[in-house]
Amino acid sequence: MATHTTFLDTNELVLNMGPQHPSTHGVLRVILKLDGERVLGTECVIGYLHRGVEKIAENRTYQQFAPYVDRMDYVAAVSNGLGYCLAAEVLGGIEVPERAQCVRVILTELNRIASHLLWLGTHALDIGAMTPVFYCFREREEVLKIFEKYCGARLTTHSFRIGGLQYETYDNFEKDCHTFCDWFEKKVDEYEELLTTNRIWVGRTKGVGILDAEACKAYGVTGPVLRAAGVEWDLRKAQPYCGYEKYDFDIPTCENGDTYDRYLVRMAEFRQSARIIRQAVDSLPSGPIKGKVSKVFKPPIGEAYVSIEAPKGELGYYIVSDGSVQPYRLRVRPPSFVNLQALDEMCRGALIADVVAIIGTIDIVLGEVDR
Amino acid sequence: MDEEKKPEGVAAPETEQPKSEPPASPVEATAPAEATPAEPEKPASAVTPEKAAKPAAAAKPAAEPGAEKPAAKPAPKKEPTEMEAEPWAGPLVDSLKARFGDKIQQFATYREQAFLIADTAAVIPILDFLKLEEDFDYLVDITAVDYPKKEKRFEVVWILYSFAKNVRIRVKAVVGEGEKPVTACTVHKAADWLEREVFDMFGIEFEGHPNMTRILLPEDWKGYPLRKEYSIIQQDQDWVRENLQIESGQ
Repeated sequence: MATHTTFLDTNELVLNMGPQHPSTHGVLRVILKLDGERVLGTECVIGYLHRGVEKIAENRTYQQFAPYVDRMDYVAAVSNGLGYCLAAEVLGGIEVPERAQCVRVILTELNRIASHLLWLGTHALDIGAMTPVFYCFREREEVLKIFEKYCGARLTTHSFRIGGLQYETYDNFEKDCHTFCDWFEKKVDEYEELLTTNRIWVGRTKGVGILDAEACKAYGVTGPVLRAAGVEWDLRKAQPYCGYEKYDFDIPTCENGDTYDRYLVRMAEFRQSARIIRQAVDSLPSGPIKGKVSKVFKPPIGEAYVSIEAPKGELGYYIVSDGSVQPYRLRVRPPSFVNLQALDEMCRGALIADVVAIIGTIDIVLGEVDR
Repeated sequence: MDEEKKPEGVAAPETEQPKSEPPASPVEATAPAEATPAEPEKPASAVTPEKAAKPAAAAKPAAEPGAEKPAAKPAPKKEPTEMEAEPWAGPLVDSLKARFGDKIQQFATYREQAFLIADTAAVIPILDFLKLEEDFDYLVDITAVDYPKKEKRFEVVWILYSFAKNVRIRVKAVVGEGEKPVTACTVHKAADWLEREVFDMFGIEFEGHPNMTRILLPEDWKGYPLRKEYSIIQQDQDWVRENLQIESGQ
């Protein structure tokens, strides 16, 4: 409208954040529409890490594809592998032995801790708290050591196979898990001392990026974000898999659905995961680690959707089989992708500095968003 | 879960048989599962392992079996040529039937997972009805499957979940090339990106979508990668040359 502008004019400004930006945790570009420091709207540009995982799946056998899923959410590779194996097992009607299920639970929960640790460290770093990241990586290292001892890999573990496990646990596996849990719970106290009542932390996170339960459901947002909005929903309880119904644990929830509450929920989930690991290690049955699966795995014609509670939310696999050795169609329902969609709603009216906090609090991994 | 050992050559995905259409003739069903009489109730979910598998031939869906598909080929026993879906019944099915009648062709379950197949035009009213009257307030996913040999090549799948009932169902519709299903954005906000991804990968446009553009691939990319004729090593050569200044991204 106005053709001449003075410095007093308040024009809207469009600003690109990313694709290369330290707080976007990967290659995410967010286009911000600003009025001064206020965010009027955001638009995400994604796809920089798109590798066509779903297409690759159609050209690999079921077993060949298993390692690929680790590369989606690479900080929670074990969860990815678990979801995929469960989906293939449902489709093929395969029974998994108890011991394998139990080890799966232990490794998945360890991975949840590792994933949340990475989130906590980088999220705090984004907001300006330098210390937690060093602590978190120190503790995460211990988890990765257990993975390394178990299967040789630290990140993209490919620790599960369709039907069970490839490897038996190593000699001191149970002891290592217990030692880690005991040690780790004290460390969680340390994080909480650093942050939970820290005035700067509270100031930067309380009331920021609110997403209430209604909005969470509308956007299909799951995981800690949903629980922080007060919905007590966790697939491990709602539709237990892998024998989760045997373990005694709580679903931590909060009420306000802001960044601070999401922090509290994840901190509580650290403790719950440790609790599950202890129980699983104590009840680890003996027996075979792999069910009956023929070398040429050919599920009958059909389709199945199976989802698990990954650290970031509901991770689902929808597999259509045409009776051959390859999936006819494999769809991944990624929690990061769906959760990121709510970024716009959470950012409206916030300050630019809050956008950094909000991207962090959703806990996305771009490898999974873009697949 | 068949046990034969000889590795078959990698079956080309195109040798696909018609599937998941109306449950067709009971030719195929031979699976020796314990026959529970047809008392199907609403299946709880993917992972509740309470119900034993029932043979498909046991019962046709109480609903309209739809057109009789030419049963692919007289199948050699033991190798079903279709999904061995079982009929799905229960209060939810009854209320859907009462409301939508023959707009829904099939109610079925497979592996204890319930799905229905409906007219494309009826999908949005169904999603709306399910959300408002039956508490299916969480749209989990929208995706599609490509069957290039079928008359209408795409099958679009909406996955829904109800927090109140803890039940997951799938709504499916068959969509031909160039047909435009109506967007679900008006019912579930989550549909926005999910539909864009379907468009990006399959080229299915959704009528009334606020921003029907590519989401993962570059905006000016040509081709739809998840269509079956799109080869695994195929790419948009012109785009690669122009934007990456290389001959091939492979």
